[in-house]
Amino acid sequence: MPDFLLNALLAGLALALVAGPLGSFVVWRRMAYFGDTLAHAALLGVALGFLLDVSPTLAVTVGCVLLAVLLVTLQQRQPLASDTLLGILAHSTLSLGLVTISLLDEVRVDLMAYLFGDLLAVSQGDLLWIIGGSALVLAALAWLWRSLLAITVHEELAQVEGLPVAAIRLALMLLIAVVIAVAMKIVGVLLITSLLIIPAAAAQRHARTPEQMAAGASLIGLVAVCAGLALSWYQDTPAGPSIVVSAAGVFLLSFLLPRRAV
Amino acid sequence: MSDALIRLDGVGVSFAGNPVLQDVQLALKPGEIVTLIGPNGAGKTTLVRVVLGLLKPHHGSVWRRDRLRIGYMPQKLHVEPTLPLSVLRFLRLVPGVDRARALAALGEVGAAQVIDSPLQRISGGELQRVLLARALLRKPELLVLDEPVQGVDVAGQAELYRLIGRLRKRYGCGVLMVSHDLHLVMSATDRVICLNRHVCCSGHPDQVSSDPAFRELFGNDARSLAIYHHQHDHTHDLHGSVVAPKQPHIHGPNCKH
Repeated sequence: MPDFLLNALLAGLALALVAGPLGSFVVWRRMAYFGDTLAHAALLGVALGFLLDVSPTLAVTVGCVLLAVLLVTLQQRQPLASDTLLGILAHSTLSLGLVTISLLDEVRVDLMAYLFGDLLAVSQGDLLWIIGGSALVLAALAWLWRSLLAITVHEELAQVEGLPVAAIRLALMLLIAVVIAVAMKIVGVLLITSLLIIPAAAAQRHARTPEQMAAGASLIGLVAVCAGLALSWYQDTPAGPSIVVSAAGVFLLSFLLPRRAV
Repeated sequence: MSDALIRLDGVGVSFAGNPVLQDVQLALKPGEIVTLIGPNGAGKTTLVRVVLGLLKPHHGSVWRRDRLRIGYMPQKLHVEPTLPLSVLRFLRLVPGVDRARALAALGEVGAAQVIDSPLQRISGGELQRVLLARALLRKPELLVLDEPVQGVDVAGQAELYRLIGRLRKRYGCGVLMVSHDLHLVMSATDRVICLNRHVCCSGHPDQVSSDPAFRELFGNDARSLAIYHHQHDHTHDLHGSVVAPKQPHIHGPNCKH
């Protein structure tokens, strides 16, 4: 197997593994649009990274984290509904990112790579960052698992029982921000949320516990990455979209299996 | 008052400049059942949130006993249908709970049979009991119940109030509950606080129901509810299943069967 394909496979597998449990929370807490907004804003992070001459990966992570904090603050302080606010931020940050990139004369940016991913160009350094980031998020999820479940079921009950709800909620947003920064190289800003949501949604029909759903989603993500890369390799299709298409295929197949017996 | 679990002094809360609560005094002792009644918008839920520490009052002070353990039963629990969660798993979100402890708590509230059911598939009455079990698993010193009988039929309501009374004796905990229901509450409580943005009147149920402020607040309902009686030809056990009557049922004037 050529090196670039091995790198691509390992990067994809690492992301799929962490996207399972994290995506489950995105589904349970209805944060799909939130994830999308962060992902769109990631492009602005890339542009700012070029502008300030820092690594795009670092710029995206910091940018996503700042946006997550901004969102929480805005949600508490003004009357617009969350989805309106998210819509405004998602599209204005994406557009601002595109405009900024076009104004940068001295750098040539492959926009398609950022929008739809460039998995087959993952370098050794990228791979380290992707695996490191995924491992970090997985460890944090394992550590916070019970608390995250508790605030997902009922935030006020969790708070009365002594959990620092605001901090846990913020932690979840930060974890999503880190995964988006990790995933951008793999599937691009426009497709990131699909990798969080589709495997979790597919696993949901057949899971009986939260952990089963998270593990099932990881498994489905792994299958989708392998299938997508194979499709890309043999049919010369773009790798990121191929992975998403495979995940959607698994989602459709999940309807063929009988629903979990309860 | 040094034996109080919690004491509110001159508490006031306003939202966007509108006062929701004004100058509320409230103290709760161990083993005491206090019921908050009042019309919609009277600030009952706001006051409960202050007691729980979820809301900081804008005026006045709140004193809680050091490390007070509160068991809270929220008004509603909406769990996403996509979240696969059994009743057992829900109870185990409280740290240190295993299957045996969960089963014991469920048994105490009469809902042991739903332990392995998905949380979204149990009935409203069963869900109320499961929420109560979760509050009990914290070994509470203060039990806060926000409309605990919501969605439960009248016979089940009386049963649930009796259960709360038994739990109070058993755990020696103070109970603060919110209720809309005048009739059933009166018999199940030590002290009633009648709230309409401020404390209209408070005291023993008999005393309160003859208070002019109470009559004014609830109007004719106060009298009609006081004489309301529900005749039943059967009883329910804690599971809500019908217990067969001892004598054959005699048809009343309103019987349609």
